[in-house]
Amino acid sequence: MNLRKYAKVFDIGLQNTFVYRWNFLLRSLFGLVPLAGTVLIWRSIFHQRGGADVAGYDYRAMVWYFLLTVLVDNLITPTEDEWQIAADIREGQMNAFLVKPVNYLGYRLSLYGSYRLLYTVVTLVPVAALIWFFHSFVVLPASTLTWVLSAVSLAMAGLIQFFIAYSLAMLAFWILEISTVVFILYSFEYFLSGHTFPLDIMPVWLQSTLRILPFTYEMFFPIAIFLGKVTGADLWSGLAIQTGWLFLTWLAAYTMFHRGVRHYQAVGG
Amino acid sequence: MKRYLEIYGIMLRNSVIREMSFKANFVLWMAVELLWFAGQIIFIEVLFQYVDRIGDWTKWEVVLLVGTHQLIGQLFQAFFYVNVANLPELVRTGKLDFMLLLPVDSQFAVSTRQFGMDNVVNALVGVGIVIFALAKMHVTPGALQIAMYIPAVALGVAVHYSIMFFLSTISFWIVRAQGLIYGYYNLFNIARYPDSIFGRGIFRFVFSWIIPVIVVANIPARLLGRIFDAPLPLLAHLLGAAALAVGLSRAFWHFALKRYSSASS
Repeated sequence: MNLRKYAKVFDIGLQNTFVYRWNFLLRSLFGLVPLAGTVLIWRSIFHQRGGADVAGYDYRAMVWYFLLTVLVDNLITPTEDEWQIAADIREGQMNAFLVKPVNYLGYRLSLYGSYRLLYTVVTLVPVAALIWFFHSFVVLPASTLTWVLSAVSLAMAGLIQFFIAYSLAMLAFWILEISTVVFILYSFEYFLSGHTFPLDIMPVWLQSTLRILPFTYEMFFPIAIFLGKVTGADLWSGLAIQTGWLFLTWLAAYTMFHRGVRHYQAVGG
Repeated sequence: MKRYLEIYGIMLRNSVIREMSFKANFVLWMAVELLWFAGQIIFIEVLFQYVDRIGDWTKWEVVLLVGTHQLIGQLFQAFFYVNVANLPELVRTGKLDFMLLLPVDSQFAVSTRQFGMDNVVNALVGVGIVIFALAKMHVTPGALQIAMYIPAVALGVAVHYSIMFFLSTISFWIVRAQGLIYGYYNLFNIARYPDSIFGRGIFRFVFSWIIPVIVVANIPARLLGRIFDAPLPLLAHLLGAAALAVGLSRAFWHFALKRYSSASS
């Protein structure tokens, strides 16, 4: 496989996205408002409890958890990829990829990589300012292994998110309007992947279900490793489940594309 | 005024006809909103595992607040959301020209073209939650409370509209404005939290007066469910904040129109 062409796609993605840097910056600035709300509501809750911890989190650990979710969100959550892919299919742009020696999945993955890189760079200033503001809450893992494993898990989480977004976008081969389906999935991701609260403060019966669902592995799991919340056998079995989901979501992405192309009518091409 | 009502009646009719021809989509959008709402209720459920009050709000008072937030947010979405969210696209493609040529107020023309029926259903779900929460609190609001709640809800819708309209108007300067629509959701994310968590600092001032998202649902909820709070200052605050928001966003719209240079013609 010729990797140079995908490197070029990556570069084009960077240039395209940089045009919209204001869009990025505004997004990340507005993103601070819900974070402030979250910090304030937890401050109130810990105040009410007289400082007693919540499922192993004290106020500082809770704030640090949410700062990490902001950082991880910028690093790995696809923002517009699914809409662009669906538009490629709906408007017949896909024709151009079918006749060229380009793997569409590889093409989109390169674009996803460049979007994420640029997004992270543009939002680095506000996020760094935020972490500096709360610097006394920051606790970094002591062992190198934790750093490595959380990085590996983070990369897998990013790929799982990407493959899910990609598979959903492939629905555009069959139906015109994919936004309802995308938003239904978003709502599950939002509440079950650890955006709204760390999953380990949920009722225990729910946690055991969440352990096998993919949502945990889209965001919460790498952060939990980083914070030292999962260790030992749980850590390794979690990584195994995450690898399983990575494979399944890749398979879904691959299958959806190949079945979709057979159904494709090249509208507007 | 009568002419505007007539025009609005016709647009409403068209919207309903259009929506009824895409029934599956209608049901799916309703499901999307219901899922988000269910998520918020779960969120409250999880928080109240650990405390019995947040600030001076009990669990069912917070549910009342979230139900009120749902009611106001969905009413805003029913009347205005799609139209205002579409404004950046009108600016980008130059289709705004046609809106400006119409013999009606330009802000009216861009804000009222479509109406969301599914949101009305979801607003009713909000009403149901509000009634359920009141029953759990053993509070029966009197005629006076209800008489204050209804205009307070309308003022809340006005604040939603003004802030979103202001954000969309920024698209005259920034071409891609998805970030701005995202901004609307982020700002109103804190509207469903009890106001007492915000302390007394600058944050509270800004989000109670300048970008008054904190008061939007909190004041109506207090007026309806917390009869021991003094109602008139609350209502006056909401009225003042809404008037300011409506006035500012309209002034900003006229300022932006002056530098509109049309993309296509």
